[in-house]
This record gives sequence, C-alpha cells and structure tokens, in this order.
Amino acid sequence: MPQTLDELVSRYKQGVPESLLPLLQDIQDEFGFLNEEAIIRVGSHLKLPASKIYGIATFFDQFRFVTQGRYHILVCRGTACHMSGSFNVLKELEKILKIKEGHTTRDGYFSLEAVSCMGACGMGPVVKVNGEFHKMVSNSSIQTLIEQLRKRA
Amino acid sequence: MFFDIEVNGKIIKARNGDTILSALDRNGIKVPTLCHINDLPPNGACRMCVVEVEGRQALLPACSHPVEEWMKIKTHSPRVVKARKTNIELLLSNHPDDCLYCERNGNCELQKFAEDLNVRERKFYGKKNKYKTDPSSASLLRDPAKCILCGRCIRICEEVQHITALDFIGRGNKMQVGPAFNRGMNLSSCINCGQCIMVCPTGALTEKQHPGELQDALHNPSVKTVIQCSPTLSVTLAEEFGLRAGKDMENLMFAALRKLGFDYVFDTSFAADLLIVEQAAELLSKIKEKQPMPMFSSCCPAWIKYAEQARPQILNLISTCKSPQQMMGSLLTNHFSQVEMISDENLYSVSAMPCVAKKFEAQREQMTHKGITDVDTILTTRELARLIRLNGIDIQQVEPELADLPYRSRSSAGKLLAVSGGLTEALIRTLHFMITGKEFTQPKIQELRSTKGRKEFFIKIGEYNLGFAVVNGIGNVSELLDEIEKGRNDLHYIEVMACPGGCVAGGGQPIHPGENHSRARSKAVYEVDEKEPIRFAHKNPSLISLFDQLLEKPMSLKCQQLLHTSYEKREVML
Repeated sequence: MPQTLDELVSRYKQGVPESLLPLLQDIQDEFGFLNEEAIIRVGSHLKLPASKIYGIATFFDQFRFVTQGRYHILVCRGTACHMSGSFNVLKELEKILKIKEGHTTRDGYFSLEAVSCMGACGMGPVVKVNGEFHKMVSNSSIQTLIEQLRKRA
Repeated sequence: MFFDIEVNGKIIKARNGDTILSALDRNGIKVPTLCHINDLPPNGACRMCVVEVEGRQALLPACSHPVEEWMKIKTHSPRVVKARKTNIELLLSNHPDDCLYCERNGNCELQKFAEDLNVRERKFYGKKNKYKTDPSSASLLRDPAKCILCGRCIRICEEVQHITALDFIGRGNKMQVGPAFNRGMNLSSCINCGQCIMVCPTGALTEKQHPGELQDALHNPSVKTVIQCSPTLSVTLAEEFGLRAGKDMENLMFAALRKLGFDYVFDTSFAADLLIVEQAAELLSKIKEKQPMPMFSSCCPAWIKYAEQARPQILNLISTCKSPQQMMGSLLTNHFSQVEMISDENLYSVSAMPCVAKKFEAQREQMTHKGITDVDTILTTRELARLIRLNGIDIQQVEPELADLPYRSRSSAGKLLAVSGGLTEALIRTLHFMITGKEFTQPKIQELRSTKGRKEFFIKIGEYNLGFAVVNGIGNVSELLDEIEKGRNDLHYIEVMACPGGCVAGGGQPIHPGENHSRARSKAVYEVDEKEPIRFAHKNPSLISLFDQLLEKPMSLKCQQLLHTSYEKREVML
C-alpha cells in the first residue's frame, strides 16, 4: 500500500535520533530514493540537522539520492566477481548507458549501481536487473541484455 | 590524584583521567596534532600525535588515549617521527601543491609540520581528487581540495556553536566536508560566525575577499574612500605584526590607514556609542510601554541570522537597531557625504572588522539605500594587516593620529562592545542616566566580565528592577531561548554574541593555531575602559553634537529612518 512521507515519518517517535536509519530505509523502500524534502522532513521530526543526515546517508552505499530507473541494474563488485572481471562489466555498462555508477539515464529507463556482494560468488560476474539475476555476464552478453531491455521498454 | 610517568627518560607528573596529550602538554612537551581542539573531546582523526609506549606494539594516539601509571612514553623516537612523516606525506599526496598561492601560506599547520618533519619530496603519487571551490557564501570561501578531513570545522560547528552546517559527506577516498546535500554554503544553516576558519589547519576555509575592488577605489582620485575600524581591531591588529596580544595601537592604526590612502578614517566605537544610547532608549520605552520582554541585542549579524532561520517566533523581540557598522555606514552615506559634499557614487565605504559575518550583513537588503550597499567592502583584521604590509607601512614607526571629524571622539563604553558583556555594561551605564538623571557610580560590573558562556545580572535602577543576561557562543543561546519560551519573565535585556568570548575571538581575528588570545585581548579593552576620562556613551561630545545637528533625540523620527532595520524569517536547510 503506497504511503505518503508524513505517514512514514509519523510511525516513528519524535526526537529519537536512533530511528534515523530504519526511517530512511522505509522512505527509500517507498519512493526508491531519498530526496531533499524527505531528508529535511526527517530532520525536523528526529531533531537532527540536515547536514548530519545527509552525511550519514552518504556513508552507506544502500541510500540513493536520485530516482531509480525503470530497470535498476546492480553490478556485483565483490571480490569473486572482481576476479572474474566485474570491473570491465561495470565500465562497459557505463559506456553503453552513458551514465556513471550511481546515476540514472535521462530517459529514466536505466539506473546503475555497484554493490559489494550478492552471494552468488560461484557464478560471477553477477548482474541483477530488477531482482532478476544474470550470471557470468560478459561485455557482449551485457550489450544484448541492454538491447533486449530497451526493446521491452 | 597525581602519579609519575616516564617520558623520554624523564619522570613527569600526570593526573588521573588525563589523556597522554594533556599530561604532556601540562609538562611543556609538544606533540604535533592536526585535529585536536582544546577543551573538546578527542576524535583521533589525524594520527599525528602518535607516541611510542613501552610494552605496546602499536603506536598510541596521545590525544585520545588515557594516561596510565605504568607508562614509559617516547614522544620523538625514530619510529614515531617516521610514522608522523609518512602521515604528512600521505596527506600531501592528495593536496594541491599551491602553497605560494594560498591564503594561509606561512600560517598553515600542515605546512609547518611538513617543514618540521623535513618533508622534501613528493613520496606518494596518485590521482588527486578534483573539487570545485564554493564561493556561494557572502562570508566564507570553502576549498575542499585543501581540506585534510581533520573534522575540526565540523566539531566546532556542531559541539561548540550547535549549528551543524557542515558534516562529512561520502566515505573512503571520496569523503569530503560540506553542507547538507553538498550544496552551496549560502543555502545551508551556516550563520557565518567564522569559527571554522579559526580552527582550520589549512586554507580550506577562509574569508571571502574582494581585494581588487578596494585597490581600484583607493587609487581612483575622484572616489573618496572612508574606513571605519571596529573597537576590537586596535587590540588585535598588533598580533598580525608579531607584537604581543593585547597591545592597544588605536592611533597608530588610524595613521597607518591614512598612509594606505583612505581619505577619511573613523572609529566604529563612535557608532557603538550611538547604538548604546539608541538601544537604551528603545529598551526604556519598551519597558515603559509594557511591551513583551525581554529585548535582544542586535549588533551580532551571526546571531541575527540564527534567529531568523531557527527562531523566527522571537524576531519581534530583537531590538531594531542596526549594528554599529551599519549605523556608521548609514551616517556616512546620509549625513557625512552631505556635510562633505560627496556624491553617492563617489563615496566608497570600507569597514575593518574582527568578523566575517559582517560581510554577510553588509549585503543584506535592509542595509542598502537605493540598491547601493551602505558599506561597500568589509576587511577582516587579517586582511587589513595584509593590506598594511602590502603597502610597506611599518605600523610601529608611524606618528599616532586621531580619527576624523565629525565622528572623532568616542567613550570607553563604545570600546567595550569588543568583549562579551561589554554592550550590557555600557547599556546599563546609559540606562541609569536615562532613568535617574544621575551617572552610575560604579560603572564596572564584575559579574559581566567573567569568561562564562552565559552570565546574568540583576540590578535596581530607579523604580525598575531589571534583569540582564549575556550569552556568548551561539551554542549557549538555545537553552536560554527555551527558558523564555516556557515563560521565564525576570529578564529585560539579553545580549547575544555568536563567537565564544565575544568579538575579541571573532572569526576575522588573527589565527594562532592551538592558542587562545581572547583573554589578553579582553584585558586590553578593560584597561582602556579603566584609564579613559569618558566612560559613558551619552557623554561622547561628538555624539552630543550629532544629536544636536541631525538626530534630535534618541528614537526620534530621523533615528528611526537612519538607524533602524527589520528582520524576516529565513528559509534554510536546517
């Protein structure tokens, strides 16, 4: 059930800074990213300065500050995937989509993110698109994957 | 409880609960540190203070490790020195090597330690992070490229001033210091107090400067340049020339300023006298009319910005008097220029202040007339000293001179604005005269001269029982504001200065890493007050003639036009 920002925030007690991370996670789950309005609203609810919240949120890789694309692509950058060439896959994706890691394409179809480990170390490099795993991807297979997704979009 | 520890083969006394650093410090053993701030809890970010402790494999950070009885410490063993040197070399690997072009060249802690540790070559090559400077604030210039991530600015802003405009953003090698959403400082909750500049070990945080504009005005024969000097400046300028802190060089400074090419030189203490008289009259009329109390002082622009953004509900309680700088600016453009027959566009008004928030204040919309700023350029103490050096003037060799007419004289009450509590002290003197018609017999109020962050003083003047509070350090103000909002009503006047200690410790003052000179500076101000004949603002002869010629009486219509301002709610990212 979709919820408004106020509903999400009001589930947490006022002035309790400890609830910052769960609240931010709730907001990200609901809206896909953290926008400035949400951060300022959270700050006034938990009595935390906006700079502090932004500082904490940027510390964690899980928080995004730009909206997700229709296809949210996660590239595994764990050690095993790195050994099997995930760095090249990430660079190739950045080249194809013409965006940097952590950003969203202008048409809003794709967003790209690097994550630490997805737990599928035997099948690296692993790429996850909207919850769907793609194993042992290579530069050429990733190209066809993107083309397919583009057609579907 | 004291006990013995061994440091570098000698026995020294240490106290229970000390950190290693404070024990060493008390015994005069210097250990370099880039992130430690006196009187704040340690954060151990820079690892410059590491020492070798016998029996411990790793080097220990002196600033955060408690001292223990068994310790045998080596502070400068080869291993320690090597670690420190590597530390500096690593910091320099991501530092722009532009010391010659840096504001803090010669007064930079990173530079000093690199020199002390004999760093002579670049050891670690790697890609440097590229950052843009943030020129958006009217007062501060932030250059993240020079930042070494010691976190001092963040801690002074959060733990002392309770503003928290800055924080670490990101992590790892992408980490930087910035305001919320890494946007401009002008959009942040920064109040421009400049305390971050005072603790920054490098040139990452400096005041915003416009030297070219001033030079053009000084060398344009058709433009008349006037300068006003803050009451604080005369007791701190000496430090910039290597003289002892607290040396009063008021008249030497005026002479040097004339040599620089300023056509007219004034003392802001005169406007401070005017502020005291005007504000005392405003307070008295508010008390008589039984208006909501207390009244807050208005001379600190950082406090005004804080109130506008964080406490808009109390804006109606703040005195509407402009700050002395802006009163002087208003007088210069509206009175002085007419007396001297100078047209608006040919008057260039400069002020020298111990403050960077004044730069912000001067460009407030309320401080302009016909769209032109009343005060055009604000110099900090540091900038003024640099200007004097630039022009090759030896300030110790000049003949003392007086300020210019018609605002020549000042009382020592005006001078007191330099220290926290001074405004209240001066105000009580004038208020006493206004209420009883007699002079205050004991002008020195010891309760207001302590170094505490918050002071209170109660006195009966005539028929009124009055309460005064003095707050210095904006971090101490929210508690008092909460009390007032809860219904506390025994206070009538509250003086707020955003910097801890008042203007003597302002963000535009000379920077001495790790040292606090505000005591010596305050002492010099009090000495001026002790020895001078005119100790009451309302007895200032120039002020009396100004009231005769132009302003009639305090709170007159003319005063309202020239000397008062308004405040409005400000939207920032709190």
